[in-house]
Amino acid sequence: MVIKMVKIIPEIIKESLTNLVKSGERSDGRTFDEYRDIVLETGIIDKAEGSARVKIGKTQIMVGAKPQLGEPFSDTPNVGVLMTNSELIPMAAPDFESGPPDERSVELSRVTDRCMREAGVVDLEKLCIVEGKKVWMVFLDIHILDYDGNLMDAAVLGSMAALMNTKIPEAKLENDEVVVDHEKLVPLPIKEKALMCTFAKIDGELIVDPQLEEEQVMEARISIGMRADGSICAMQKGGMKPLNKDEILKAVQRTSEITKKLMEHLPQNNH
Amino acid sequence: MITIIINKDFKPKSKPSKRADGRAFDELRPFKIEAGVLERADGSAYLELGGNKVMVAVYGPRELHIRRLMQPDRAVLRCRYNMAPFSVDDRKRPGPDRRSVEISKITSEAIMPAVFLEKFPRSTIDVFIEILEAEGGTRCAGITAASVALADAGVPMRDLVVACAAGKTDGEVILDLSEAEDKDGEADVPVAIMPRTGEITLLQSDGNLTTEEFEKALNLSIDGCMELSKAQKEAIVKRYGD
Repeated sequence: MVIKMVKIIPEIIKESLTNLVKSGERSDGRTFDEYRDIVLETGIIDKAEGSARVKIGKTQIMVGAKPQLGEPFSDTPNVGVLMTNSELIPMAAPDFESGPPDERSVELSRVTDRCMREAGVVDLEKLCIVEGKKVWMVFLDIHILDYDGNLMDAAVLGSMAALMNTKIPEAKLENDEVVVDHEKLVPLPIKEKALMCTFAKIDGELIVDPQLEEEQVMEARISIGMRADGSICAMQKGGMKPLNKDEILKAVQRTSEITKKLMEHLPQNNH
Repeated sequence: MITIIINKDFKPKSKPSKRADGRAFDELRPFKIEAGVLERADGSAYLELGGNKVMVAVYGPRELHIRRLMQPDRAVLRCRYNMAPFSVDDRKRPGPDRRSVEISKITSEAIMPAVFLEKFPRSTIDVFIEILEAEGGTRCAGITAASVALADAGVPMRDLVVACAAGKTDGEVILDLSEAEDKDGEADVPVAIMPRTGEITLLQSDGNLTTEEFEKALNLSIDGCMELSKAQKEAIVKRYGD
């Protein structure tokens, strides 16, 4: 159904954006290591047990967390479940279409999921109520409202903030019955913080937090997930062109510095 | 394994004679409307009404890629009503269901009469309604916000369609049912009008009403529409000046 067309605008702006990068500049005046302004709000949806709205420049996303009771996976009977889902809804950009998640949104949710899961953000063992039978399943839904580049970092930042904002009902085992009290809410057990930092490669240079037009002309992209202690928890290379080893190592190094600053946007304590 | 869920829907046992949130029978919930809230969309609007939070984006008039939908003499208006998974108490599975498909259809039919579609043959105007939080009356909130987003996109229109529901709870006909009132209520009548002519572009009714009660509900919802209509215009004026 989709008619693939030559992307005309990127071909036109490619030269000017590349020339800017050559002279050490970017079209919005940022330096190569400078993030756009970030606005982060939490607890914005009363119906969701946890929620966050993130604006990175003009990119805007909303994340909601909802716990549900369910059965654990048979290979991990004593841990809860974290499910991450994202939708590039047609509201967010003229080329996003209705329908089942396409490869871009599947990549986005899987990378976000890996970053949170491998970092051990949520103490999933504490979400087990009855081993092998009842656990909390936390659904993280990432809703992209306005797409102006760098969805990966926005999704991870929003997910992290929404999880830190999440309260789940108290669940206890009484006489072999699970009693769930929706009046007694406890914070979701958070044991780590992790964020993601994305670079676009344009003319051999790595620039952080690419905006849409930079993403349209970039040669490659690298996203690095990092925990608060500076260890790497996830990575994803994207884009049509390769990266060399030095570029990757340089990106990792710069991520350490930038993640420290990004962490300051998260609430200091849970809830 | 037995699971006992307690305190989930906490409601007072004795029903108060007045409305639970203290409103008068003809009073709307608190609301606000903003135009031009998104960067990428051609037009956009954000609306809050009570606990409802609704975002609408408009794209178009633009090229229509699906040829069989194309109309040689006018544009097609496509609406997509969608609820965010986190917008309701029990997570909604993403994607369209029968309810949202029906609402999408009646929403586009509610708005279509106001739009000069004949000015844009063979093209499409797409309206995306996202319910970010739902608390009763989302279809009406979606229509009211969609008109503002269409105006923000510069789509030429005869009027700003506006919608509001009335219904019956505890034997009384009341305006703008909240989620609790809708659940316990006996009837719900969503109405959309073009306020300049008073013509009705959407009418549904769900529940039992006498003809007198229906007439009262219809009149009440039209009054509610007129009040919301002022806020729609203010939102446009706030964005673009007089």
